[in-house]
Amino acid sequence: MEAFTTHTGRIVPLRRSNVDTDQIIPAHWLKKVTRDGFEDGLFEAWRKDPEFVLNQPRFAGADVLVADTDFGTGSSREHAVWALQNYGFKAVISPRFADIFRGNSLKNGLLTVVLPDETVRALWELAESDPTAEVTVDLVRCKVLAPGVDADFTLDENARWRLLEGLDDIGLTLSNEDAIADYEARRPSFKPRTQAA
Amino acid sequence: MPSEGIPMGRTLAEKVWDDHVVRRVEGEPDLLFIDLHLLHEVTSPQAFDGLRKAGRPVRRTDLTIATEDHNTPTLDIDKPIADPVSRVQLETLRKNCADFGVRLHPLGDVEQGVVHVVGPQLGLTQPGTTVVCGDSHTSTHGAFGALAFGIGTSQVEHVLATQTLPLAPFRTMAITVNGELPDDVTAKDLILAIIARIGTGGGQGYVLEYRGEAIEKLSMEARMTICNMSIEAGARAGMIAPDRTTFDYLEGRDHAPTGADWDEAVAYWQTLRTDDDAVFDHEVVIEAAELAPFVTWGTNPGQGAPLSASVPDPAAFADAGEQLAAEKALEYMGLTAGKPLREITVDTVFVGSCTNGRIEDLRSAASVVEGRRIADGVRMLVVPGSVRVALQAVEEGLDKVFTEAGAEWRHAGCSMCLGMNPDQLKPKERAASTSNRNFEGRQGKGGRTHLVSPQVAAATAVLGRLASPADLSTGPGNPSSRETVGV
Ligand code: SF4
Repeated sequence: MEAFTTHTGRIVPLRRSNVDTDQIIPAHWLKKVTRDGFEDGLFEAWRKDPEFVLNQPRFAGADVLVADTDFGTGSSREHAVWALQNYGFKAVISPRFADIFRGNSLKNGLLTVVLPDETVRALWELAESDPTAEVTVDLVRCKVLAPGVDADFTLDENARWRLLEGLDDIGLTLSNEDAIADYEARRPSFKPRTQAA
Repeated sequence: MPSEGIPMGRTLAEKVWDDHVVRRVEGEPDLLFIDLHLLHEVTSPQAFDGLRKAGRPVRRTDLTIATEDHNTPTLDIDKPIADPVSRVQLETLRKNCADFGVRLHPLGDVEQGVVHVVGPQLGLTQPGTTVVCGDSHTSTHGAFGALAFGIGTSQVEHVLATQTLPLAPFRTMAITVNGELPDDVTAKDLILAIIARIGTGGGQGYVLEYRGEAIEKLSMEARMTICNMSIEAGARAGMIAPDRTTFDYLEGRDHAPTGADWDEAVAYWQTLRTDDDAVFDHEVVIEAAELAPFVTWGTNPGQGAPLSASVPDPAAFADAGEQLAAEKALEYMGLTAGKPLREITVDTVFVGSCTNGRIEDLRSAASVVEGRRIADGVRMLVVPGSVRVALQAVEEGLDKVFTEAGAEWRHAGCSMCLGMNPDQLKPKERAASTSNRNFEGRQGKGGRTHLVSPQVAAATAVLGRLASPADLSTGPGNPSSRETVGV
């Protein structure tokens, strides 16, 4: 995974709550067997509307998405994270994220930042009044900074460390081989098996 | 939070969690062992790719099983799959399972079906196990007292390689349903009412435990319907303590323990109850007697109301965000505030999915349409959750009941639940669906979905408008009647 330390970019204000994963990337895109090429599917239905925020020239190239609460609800599809990244987004800010989406994002190096409603509103208003305004999402200091905005955020320490270092989770877990083997040795025999080992 | 060995009562979820800790270190997430890993074609290809690139094997093929469900057609299943992209995805799963030694039930196999229907019916889903799948509705398996949750593709790869997952701690929420459900109220109505009450984000960070008299009286299939939709409240998982109903369901199934193992297993399973002195982080209490058939009017599963109500006025919501969400939902759904829900006409009725595609669901829908015709111009699709469910239904003659009423009887799979295969709604087409998501475009681009129970789906098909079986027995002239129909 690519490490995330700090990023400065412009804001895409998405004034929508409950942005579910079917909106982020519709199901028919899920037939692909790769991790790339999902950018055209991102918010596919909404992008048909010329007024949709991603279609507005003033927000072209902006790569910090700021959305209303409950972003990423619905399915477990990691494709939602890949689509946001393939399109170019580096970070997403919202008052609340769905759990699975959040886990997926952090595993792929897409930083998801939880900020209070007022701060999210302030960022929307900033971007809408001045689309050239820049926001800095700083994972080292756990801060979001923009003209008129200086907000602290928190992230689980362990997740933050993995992200800052760009660590491979599987490699880390496999370094605990002894603990896994121990556990396997003491598992009860009545536990189900799908086939002979 | 999982307890730290302090002698204090623990909840069911905490007990199962504690029994799976492989490694616990201060300041790090617990590393949990995974008892059962379910795979399907959509969320696994990139995970197998990752294994190949790193030269890693599947650690425990004996705890892993795959089936095909999301992409599979429900017609002409013996012909090559028409959509080349779907075909590639299924072929990729077949190749991956062959290369890595994973058991697979492909299209055409008698054990094929929606992954969350297949696991329980094989007896693989058992109390006190940890179950994961690259699919959010893995919460279904919590009905057995398993800790079961959906994971992303990176985690699928992690479990394939290590049979473990590092997991952040959770909070616990008790949802107690007191009393008995009225005769015309099903598990689907109950869970829709719960989601409307706590909201689509209300369960976030929590493992929900459904308990109380009404839950204890439910069959395993109804319990699966409830736990299935825990994710629609944003929950990490949903659970129900195992009891005699659970043990009876499991006994004799292909992968259930036998002999001395069975006795040992049951003795363990009986310990899987929340202790009397355990404390939940949050509690919700629901009175079963106050519930009625429930349907959604909007574009998320929390936007629901009793069938007897009307489409709400967005201005009536206290929260500005909810007002806006309701306005957008009504626009998308083509509805106006104040319209009685019972007057909403539908084009399509879908009975199926991992929420309501099991045999009891089909029986329940069949009992309503039996001897009746579905309304002119209404298309009704009945898609069993698995091949086993389909075979059982045919044995009971349910397929005939449906086809004689004018419905289409299809092959098992996810089908119109998410419209990845050809079963899709057209723009503005309106459906009553027994599935779990009414998101914009979920069942096909521009399609409009009302989530309902199998009984309501069936009555809706007959009358061509949202209805419950009670409306049939008294005729459309008296829709307010609450006379119940036994099913
Ligand atoms: S039936 Fe629907 S919800 Fe269930 S696994 Fe299939 S697509 Fe997902």
